[in-house]
This record gives sequence, structure tokens and C-alpha cells, in this order.
Amino acid sequence: MNDATGIQLQCRLPLADFTLEVDLHLPGRGVTALFGPSGSGKTSLLRCVAGLARPAGRVEINGECWQDDARRVFLPTHLRPLGYVFQEASLFAHLSVRANLEFGLKRIPAAERKVGWEAAVELLGISHLLDRGTAALSGGERQRVAIARALLTSPQLLLMDEPLAALDSRRKQEILPYLERLHDELATPILYVSHSPDEVARLADHMVLLEQGRVVASGPTAELLARLDLPLALDEDAAVLVDTQVVGHDEDYQLTRLGFPGGVIKVTRKALDVGKRARLKIQARDVSIALTGENRSSIVNRLPARIVGFGDAAHPAQCLVRLDAGGTPLLARITRLSKDQLELREGLPVVAQIKSVALLA
Amino acid sequence: MELTPEDWSAVRLTLELSTVVTVLLLIIGTPIAWWLARTRSRLRGVIGAVVSLPIVLPPTVLGFYLLVLMGPQGAVGRFTEALGIGRLPFTFTGLVVASIIYSLPFVVQPIQNAFMAMGERPLEVAATLRASPLATFFTVALPLARPGFITAAILGFAHTVGEFGVVLMIGGNIPDKTRVISMQIYNHVEAMEYGQAHGLAACLLAFSFIVLLGLYAVGGRNALGGSR
Repeated sequence: MNDATGIQLQCRLPLADFTLEVDLHLPGRGVTALFGPSGSGKTSLLRCVAGLARPAGRVEINGECWQDDARRVFLPTHLRPLGYVFQEASLFAHLSVRANLEFGLKRIPAAERKVGWEAAVELLGISHLLDRGTAALSGGERQRVAIARALLTSPQLLLMDEPLAALDSRRKQEILPYLERLHDELATPILYVSHSPDEVARLADHMVLLEQGRVVASGPTAELLARLDLPLALDEDAAVLVDTQVVGHDEDYQLTRLGFPGGVIKVTRKALDVGKRARLKIQARDVSIALTGENRSSIVNRLPARIVGFGDAAHPAQCLVRLDAGGTPLLARITRLSKDQLELREGLPVVAQIKSVALLA
Repeated sequence: MELTPEDWSAVRLTLELSTVVTVLLLIIGTPIAWWLARTRSRLRGVIGAVVSLPIVLPPTVLGFYLLVLMGPQGAVGRFTEALGIGRLPFTFTGLVVASIIYSLPFVVQPIQNAFMAMGERPLEVAATLRASPLATFFTVALPLARPGFITAAILGFAHTVGEFGVVLMIGGNIPDKTRVISMQIYNHVEAMEYGQAHGLAACLLAFSFIVLLGLYAVGGRNALGGSR
């Protein structure tokens, strides 16, 4: 009990196929993704935090104890100041959108309301839906109402269980910006269950990798994504995150320059002010390696880097190369043939050629 | 054919009995249905079977045992006498008690089905929105189970209107006190007054048909709490 901040979870809960057993200390702010394949215990862990399942152990949120077996403390769910967004939006069918939103809000004493009605309704873009019944809403609208409903209880922790999983990709694209705004505009820490690497890359500051009820890894998202020893590296979409800052625009060529310790990355002109933070996702398949020296090509983004390690890729013809560009890790997926022909080895200075990047937020 | 004043008295008494019984059944049946729908106790099977017993038991058997229990030698009879209420058999109160037991499964089952169909999720959602279990029950579970309650009320009412065996055993045939429509029809037939019997019987037939029609309009195919 020497550390009063952050989220401490010690949970042990027997499930059908395995036992969920975690001992985690997570940051008390920002988005933490619980990531792993279906049936790895992500939802069960979330239910333990909410008190919907009763594990053995301890749950402490920023100094507030929600469960501690040693002290015989177990707060029932309705006494825990949390918000919960279920996988399928579980709006009350007998209530209108407005009454759904008020259901939680009216149980919060006025003095404890930190998230205002206007703010929540505006943040999720649902003001035009307030007087409708829930049956008339689309899947994306339902989920936005469910998120606003949870926010209106001014939770100290927001739990989200794959809030996008039940939606098609168009609806996902519709909601993701709202989730990014949650991340940027609210101080509330969020535990976000997902099995989508893309969502995690876009939203999470910290991630926990779960497999068969156990924690395989836990750490900052950018750090974990760049690790060669985790199953993430084997994913077809293996990628790294690079946090950059807008350093300037090139009006002639309509490009925006994004700087980070490893150099400058140019992307097509974005309406971003100089100094603004921008997170890039760079997929391993979009990075190739050239040996130092003149090597003219049409690729704009060429960064000096150093090889720091090799790992397996999903296909035996390929391998992953971890590079260090001024302290920022990059991943390149190349053929093993190229690796041998170029005689790549650890410590070798090379040029990372980046074919494309995705701007996340 | 005109209904006689005795017939009208029987109709009035029947409606009074059915209304009182239905109201009490909804109050008593709801917690039982809630418990049966949600408990993981091993007693669930036993309690469920006891509640459902009147569905298969001949009404005369049920009536007989109630008569014995509520009589001067029975446990319930001694208890009510000790309370100063007197004996229940051959009174309106006795009829109410017997009817409640007799119609209990017809009220409990539709409500139980509605609670089960609703599932755990709305209750969990309510808990994450700070609603206490009691508030959740009244603001979420009850409104969501409304179709089940409508079905239960209609079935409980109709079943009480139509009972005969239990009334015969426990209530007898006392005008204005326990002589309900089904008893009055029986009296007419005994007296060979087929025309009079016809009048009341036709009323009950029409009533039953309208009740079922209403039920199917409200609840569709699941109205009678059948298998889903």
C-alpha cells in the first residue's frame, strides 16, 4: 500500500478452461488496452474490476479500495464509481434515449457531477437523438448513447468491453474519433478491452497482453508493439507507433513535416498547427532497409537507423528487423534472402525507407 | 333468459373473489417468480415443483387437504383460531386463500419466464449505473417484464373465475358468501333448470374466449408462457 496512485489489480478467478490470474499495476490515467485473442480472459478481468464477477484478490483504483480480501472489503458494483460500456450497447429498451442517459446521472449527487449533460451529449454527438426510443437507433448511435450514459455518472474509471466489436467497419470509423476525443478531453482513466491491433494502436497509451488468463506483457503501447518476442510481432499488421510533433509545412509540395528524435517524416499536407502532437503508425511491411550510401529512390522518408535485433515473422520466408532511429524503435519486415544478401547484422548502420505511414490522432 | 338475482349475486361474488385473488397473487407471486428465475439454490427444483403442483393435482385433492389443514384439527385452523380470525372453511376468506394456492402457478410461471427472458445484462447495466438492487428491480426488471405481468394477471383472474372443485370442497355453496358462478351453474343443473344453467355457462364461455383472444393479442405466441 505504499503507492496510492494507479490501478492495482490482483485477481484470481477460475474460468471454464483456465484460471484468470493477474497481478497488474497500471497507470492511473490515460487509456490502457487489455489486448489478447478471444477467450483470453479480457472481459472476465474487466468484470472483476467492476465487481460483476467476484475474484479472489484486491482491486484498488487511484488509492480507493474496491476489493481487498485481506481486509474483507468487497464493494458491490453499484457502489463503485465506474462507468461500463458493454460490447453490445445495452440500452434499456423501456426508456427513451434521454431517460437512458438520466438513469445513471440522477443517482449522482450534484456535487459529484464532473461531466455535464451538455458536454457528454456534445462529445458523443447525440443531441438529435434525445427524444427517440432506443429501437430506432443504429448500432453506432446506440453505442454512442451507451458511452454518454456511462460518462454522465462521472466515473473515476471507465471500463469499455470491445465497444466497437459489434459494429461494421464504417460504424467503427464513425465512433473512433469520439473515443479519441474521450482520451484527449477527459482525465478519467479508461480500461479498454480489444482484440484489434488497429484500435489499440490508435487509442491506447499502455497495454496489457493477455493469454489464457495470464499477463504476457504489460507496458507502454509503443514499447510493446516494437518488441520482437511478443506474438504481436507475428501479426500480419505488425506495426510501431511513433510520437511526433508538427515542425512545419512545405507549401510547394503540399507536405507536412513531422519531427521526432529519429529525424523528420514527411506526410501529405495536414491541417495541423505547428507544435501539435501527432501519433504515427508505421507498419513493418511498409519499411524496407537500404545500406548506407547513395541509393536514389522515390521513397521520401529515409531515416538513418541502426539494427538492434532480429525476430521471426509469420511466414518462414520473412523476418522482422528491429531498428533504432535516434532512440525510437522501428520494425521492418524483409525477406530472409535480403537479410543474408545485404549481410545485415546487429549494430549495422542502415537507412530505413518508409513507404507509408498512418496518422492516428 | 333473464339472470335471476341469485345468478347476479354469484356473478358479483365471482368477480370480487377473482379481483382480490389476482391482486394478492401478483404481490405474492412476483418474489417467488424472481427467486425461481435467478436462484442457483438446490431448493429451486423442489420449490418450483411445489408451486406447479396445482397444475396437475385434481382440484378436489387440493381442496380436501386445504379443508383438513384449515379445519379445527388442522395446523392452519388452530393458528387462525388462535389469532381470533376463526375458521376459514366455508368463508369468503377461506375461498381467497384456497384460490391463491390453486392459481399460483398460472401467475408465477409467466412472470418467471419474463424475468428469465430478460437475462442478467439489464440488471448488470443498472448496477454499473449506480442503481441499488432494489431500485434495479423496480425501475428495470418490473418494466421489462411487463408483458409477463399482463399475462399473469389475466391467467390468474380467468383461472379463479373458472374454478369449481376447490370451491366445492372448501367453500361449500353458501349464497352471497361462497356461491360463485360455477357453483350456481351446478345448482341449476341439479335442479334441472337447464335454461338458467345455459345463461351462466354461455357467459363463462364468452368470457374465457375473450380472455384468450386478449392474451394472444398482448403476448403473441409466448402468451401462455410456453417453451421459447
